[in-house]
Amino acid sequence: MEINKKKYILVFLITAGIFAVAFIVSNYINNKRYEVIKTTADKISIDILSLETQFELFQESSCASLTNPVLSDEINALADRLSYAENQRGINDDDVITLKKYYSLLEIKDYLVMKKVDKRCDVNPISILYFYTNDEGCDDCAKQGYVLTKLRNDHPLLRIYSFDYDLDLNAIKTLTAINKIPKDQLPALVIDGKTYTKFQSIEDIRKIVPELSATSTASTTKIQK
Amino acid sequence: MALYSSIVLYIALFFGLYYQIFLLVTFFEKEEEKKAPKNTYEPSVTIIVPCFNEAKTVAKTVQSLLKLNYPKEKLFITIVDDGSSDTTYEEARKMSHLGNITVLQQKNSGKYVALNKGIELSQSEIVGCLDADSTVHPDTLRKMLPYFSRDRVVAVTPAMKVHNPETILQKIQNAEYNIGIFLKKIMGKLDAIHVTPGPFSLFKKTIFDEIGYFRHAHNTEDMEIAFRIQHHHYKIANCPQGFVYTITPPTLKKLYKQRVRWTYGFLKNAMDYRHMFFNKKYGNIGTLTLPFAIISVVTAFLVIGNSIYNFSSSVVENIEEYMVAGVTFGWPSFDIFFLNTSSVTLLTFTMLCSSLSIILLAWKMVEGKARITKDIFYFILLYGFIAPLWLAKASWNAVTSKAVSWR
Repeated sequence: MEINKKKYILVFLITAGIFAVAFIVSNYINNKRYEVIKTTADKISIDILSLETQFELFQESSCASLTNPVLSDEINALADRLSYAENQRGINDDDVITLKKYYSLLEIKDYLVMKKVDKRCDVNPISILYFYTNDEGCDDCAKQGYVLTKLRNDHPLLRIYSFDYDLDLNAIKTLTAINKIPKDQLPALVIDGKTYTKFQSIEDIRKIVPELSATSTASTTKIQK
Repeated sequence: MALYSSIVLYIALFFGLYYQIFLLVTFFEKEEEKKAPKNTYEPSVTIIVPCFNEAKTVAKTVQSLLKLNYPKEKLFITIVDDGSSDTTYEEARKMSHLGNITVLQQKNSGKYVALNKGIELSQSEIVGCLDADSTVHPDTLRKMLPYFSRDRVVAVTPAMKVHNPETILQKIQNAEYNIGIFLKKIMGKLDAIHVTPGPFSLFKKTIFDEIGYFRHAHNTEDMEIAFRIQHHHYKIANCPQGFVYTITPPTLKKLYKQRVRWTYGFLKNAMDYRHMFFNKKYGNIGTLTLPFAIISVVTAFLVIGNSIYNFSSSVVENIEEYMVAGVTFGWPSFDIFFLNTSSVTLLTFTMLCSSLSIILLAWKMVEGKARITKDIFYFILLYGFIAPLWLAKASWNAVTSKAVSWR
């Protein structure tokens, strides 16, 4: 009835080794993911800069020559990856927070540039600013996310810019101050300069933006919260 | 809360992986002292066949014993009818002239009483039992007996196979029994067997005189006697080549009832012999078999609880999405970026690979070829869904001390 202590220790070491490898590999892949997100964000940043430059040059050219390289799909893809990273690493992860700030700034940039383009060329893009919070108190934030995802899937040209209200970023604070959005009224939407607080159903939004009543189908990517 | 559940999940994964690696290391370890026993030991043997309402199967069981490749003058069969309400006794009597067969009848008092009656009357050196729903291969007895020549071995267990698996449930059990043969072999190597199953376990008759006869033991007398043997520092060997075929429950209801009894019996006996847990004095059964058997029940609950929670959250989320946004059509797109590579997923995957290796090694050992069969497929796909049924019920009964019945 003797036990082989050496075997118990050996198996412990093998198991601990497997755990260590799993942690190292998982961490390595997560870092790679962070790099991928960062590279995508950098690319979008260059695209926005390019658009702005084109816009400046536009003074001497026609609307037809102004192309929009910042495709909403690209920003949407970034949003999905960021959302995944947030789920994997947690909402308090420093890298995730930095990336979210970067992403939010890119969204604001894209929004402003598109407004300028619209003013000059009358392209009339449909844009929705969406403010949410990850706090547990906001049950409707998740529901609002489903509604916006559905609308964007039906209308690929709809540009939805989502912002985490709690992100410590002055640009977001300015946006919420300009649009007069208090935290206890979340989720909130800003459509065509007007603020709509609390949950808005698909029908509510379609009433606000009649262009969204016509349906079309496209890819499925999710909107944060 | 999330932090605690993560820690608990990691601990469960660690123990699960530790146990599987321990089994694999033991399997591949060279056996030094335990060489294959010689085939010359020919003691007198009594096989007791306890029956209760087994008129349909008792003849087949006894026929298989009569076909055993063993000197007839050294083989005795005692059929004990435990107060059956059908024609079991008459069926048994019909065979009494075929060999050294004794047929006894008692008022319905339980299987352990029937076994004890047979042991008491036996004059043989070795006594065994064979449930009346099982049959034995002609060479099994000859293959098992030499194991008694090993130091302190007082009981030998066979390799149990499913007789003619037909239903999906029986195929699942076939996979389970084949894996069981592999695991029993390893446990035998570790001297850590905790059950001497009803179908054809053999015992030295003297061990009953020394440690006592079978007890009620929460309707799992075959488990309790193994605990008691281990408690007295004797050994139980396993003969992986000695095949016994047993009829397994064909329906979920019958399987559920059987497994609730087994699991309840294990938990209650484990409680009765709790002093053996983590006690080096009792060897690997104290430090490996018993603690890990309990851990596996707890782990099963954690994993199942976690899965149910995740599944219901996802259902609630989908219903919520459907309520506010309707059905969203579109093909799901695959992006390697979203491949789940969290440490929990990687460790779970490692554990699944290790489980699959154990299953394939078991298949190679029992069936001669390592391959994924239908039985293994059903086992992997469905066992995780049905086992929780009896685990939950048996644990509840054990906690509330609600006894379970045999039938």
